[in-house]
Amino acid sequence: MSAPTRVLGQPRAGSSSRALLVAAPIAALLAVVPLVVPPYGAILLAYGLVMAIGALGFNLLLGYTGLLSFGHSAYFGVGAYSVALMVKYLRVGSMELFLLGAIVGSVIVTAVFGIVCVRYTRIFFGILTLALSQVLWSLAFKFFWVTGGTDGLRVPTPSLFGGLVTGAGDKTVFMSHAYYYYVLILFGACVALMWVIVNSPFGMALQAIRDNETRAEFVGVRIWRYRWVAFLVSGVFTGLAGALWVPLNGLTTPDIMHWTFSGELVFMTVLGGFRSFAGPVVGAIVFNYLKTYAVGYTVYWQLVLGVVLVTLVLSLPTGIVGSAEKLLARFQRSRP
Amino acid sequence: MSLLVTKDLVKWFGDTHAVDHVDFSVKPSEVLALIGSNGAGKTTLVNLISGLIRPDGGRILFRDRDVTHQSVHGRIKAGIARSFQLVNLFDQLTALDNVALTIFSREGKTTHLATFASADSAVWDEASEILRLFGLEAKARMLAGGVSQGERKLLDVAVAYALRPKLLFLDEPTSGVSTREKAPIMDTITSVVRSTGISAAIIEHDMDVVFNYSDRIVAMHQGTILADGTPDEIRRNETVITTLIGTTGAP
Amino acid sequence: MDVLLIHIINSLLYASVLFLIAGGLSLIYGVMRIVNMAHGNLYAFGAYVTAWAVGTMAAGAPVPVLLMLLPVGALAAAILGAILEPTLLRPFYRRAEEYQLLVTFGLLMILEDLMRFIWGPYPLSASEIFENFGSLTIGDVIYPTYNLLVIGVGAAAASFLWAFIYRTRFGVVLRATSQNMRMAAALGVNVNRVYVQAFTLGCFMAGLGGAIIVPSQSAVLGMGIDAVVLAFIVVVIGGLGSLEGALVGAVIVGFVREAGIAWFPEIELAVLYLAAATVLLARPAGLFGRP
Repeated sequence: MSAPTRVLGQPRAGSSSRALLVAAPIAALLAVVPLVVPPYGAILLAYGLVMAIGALGFNLLLGYTGLLSFGHSAYFGVGAYSVALMVKYLRVGSMELFLLGAIVGSVIVTAVFGIVCVRYTRIFFGILTLALSQVLWSLAFKFFWVTGGTDGLRVPTPSLFGGLVTGAGDKTVFMSHAYYYYVLILFGACVALMWVIVNSPFGMALQAIRDNETRAEFVGVRIWRYRWVAFLVSGVFTGLAGALWVPLNGLTTPDIMHWTFSGELVFMTVLGGFRSFAGPVVGAIVFNYLKTYAVGYTVYWQLVLGVVLVTLVLSLPTGIVGSAEKLLARFQRSRP
Repeated sequence: MSLLVTKDLVKWFGDTHAVDHVDFSVKPSEVLALIGSNGAGKTTLVNLISGLIRPDGGRILFRDRDVTHQSVHGRIKAGIARSFQLVNLFDQLTALDNVALTIFSREGKTTHLATFASADSAVWDEASEILRLFGLEAKARMLAGGVSQGERKLLDVAVAYALRPKLLFLDEPTSGVSTREKAPIMDTITSVVRSTGISAAIIEHDMDVVFNYSDRIVAMHQGTILADGTPDEIRRNETVITTLIGTTGAP
Repeated sequence: MDVLLIHIINSLLYASVLFLIAGGLSLIYGVMRIVNMAHGNLYAFGAYVTAWAVGTMAAGAPVPVLLMLLPVGALAAAILGAILEPTLLRPFYRRAEEYQLLVTFGLLMILEDLMRFIWGPYPLSASEIFENFGSLTIGDVIYPTYNLLVIGVGAAAASFLWAFIYRTRFGVVLRATSQNMRMAAALGVNVNRVYVQAFTLGCFMAGLGGAIIVPSQSAVLGMGIDAVVLAFIVVVIGGLGSLEGALVGAVIVGFVREAGIAWFPEIELAVLYLAAATVLLARPAGLFGRP
């Protein structure tokens, strides 16, 4: 079965230390990337890590709570626009303040959206989230004097660690080194935090809601509240990803609020495997490379995505991570 | 002195009086059987008391407190728990997780989102102990969706029991299992219930089970209570025999 | 006064098209318990095919010929539906709903780009019909006659559908299947056939919506997703699976949207979602939904 349910909640001291055993070499590998690959490669990976934070948040709802959101672009966009508006109106340049602003912004928006959405499950939830994100998207368009409309808003290179590191020199160098490590640290923190959340009693309650809503209610779990908190956490993770994404991109436009971007989040999570903790992370990073190279070949990128999504769901519903685990298990069984 | 009393409880489904002005009660520390043919209103009554559905009239008193309009959560806190006829478990969690989650919930710990569930050894010890009481310790690490039907029935009861209720409603705890498995399941359930002194109200179709395991029997028919008495009294009750036992084909 | 009348006609115009889209969606859900995220793309497909037939292939032909070509989009959407249901959706009926949603979402992405591939990124119009119908004066206001035809088609489709579902043998089979699929199958209903018929009919309605609106509004990319979101608002208000609900929901959304455009043009969509959210908070299963 699935990885989160197999590892989760069982009083085995090994589960988290085993995860560390997997995570440590990956972290080390990620840390040396800017030293060995060209700047462009590191920046590309930074994009991937940012998306991974967003997908991790998204999957708290899909994989752990059983809610499929088609509107997570909204929270990503709220994070990004929080930063851009702070630059425009408050002349802020510190990344820490940006992150704080993005968290506050996405908490407010997800708290309000959540109140409406968590009363529903399945398709109703999906459509409500889609609809609300399209509202934000249309607002980003129509209030152009605030948001810059289709031109979007520019965001200059921020200063990091309370001004200790500034992006004064060459932008590419800054992004591929200082900013890359900044993203990497936050990525690590987000992964660790999410790992704790899904392995906490709260995380167990979410999975109980996913498996059986009625029974969850009858063991005393107040499902709307838990869904609402999950919605909030999920949205804030995605908002944080949006905030980290803006400086990399240098510009935010309404495109990132559009449903197609929500579709990409859904896609990367399913690609990596929504039934496992690492699935969305792997999916986001793989997707990022796939998109970067495929967009160069075809303008019908959406079509490619759709075909791959349908094929994945038809033949590999557990995604990359789930399939890899299955292969590994078979390999281990075949050995004495 | 009753643990639970319903007064004039009413529930309509369209024109059907599923529960028709029912005065029902459960005493402390008793094992009560709720019998009646399909559609007699037994499950509706339990759904009303446990809070799954709302009554159209009447009151529900639990330990002298009016719980008629309380949320499911409030009733659980007050001490009412239930199992389900069609087994309702968290299928992708292990048997142990099913019970542990319930304990976390009971203790208000499911709000903790920044601590590892696995670190709370008191909860896991209690969960293991409850599984042992129900004879499920060997299945602790198996997914709830992957154990046998009889074990699922027991696990369903174990989950409800883990809430440490004062009154436990069991909706057909032996339905869907073979005749041979019924007695061991009922032995296990009643021994756990009696050893802790809580009350249990069991909906049951099998008359052998009913007469062997209950202290008191309440017979329902078309939404009303037809008879209420000890197994011996019910066995001798002409109305019950003609309207219920005759139709259910036992004994 | 006349302005009010125009607003009312506009609302009904909008409601007619919305009913065709949402009614199809609701019909499919009612029978098959599946929600097709790509439903709006079938509406867009209908619009594109008609625009292509009327505006490009038969451009310059006499108006009666063009009018005859109008339903082509609806037929094309129906054929597409008849192909999609058995090939893409059928394998998913037994699987968790997440997978159904994911597959239809994938289909949405595919259809969106496929239309861009076939008809290019620019709007496609069939305005010849619209212009040929001319306009009439209501009080001091000039109003396009064609819009009244759209309302007529919407009303006709609603009554036809009602008769079809409540007065024909096929309607009985359809309703029986939607009530209890297993029971219907046990009684000898060929469920697979009913499913493909219901899906085709739903797609036909969506395609018809696209076909009749395209003379007055061009077919553009992205019209599918806008339509599916609005159609969901309609069914959410009316109750998913209920045709009466789709009708009432379409009328409500039609009026709310017209009022929104008139008084709050900036936040017209937000007003709509607010209306839907209000209904949902008061009646979670919608006005006509089975809770």
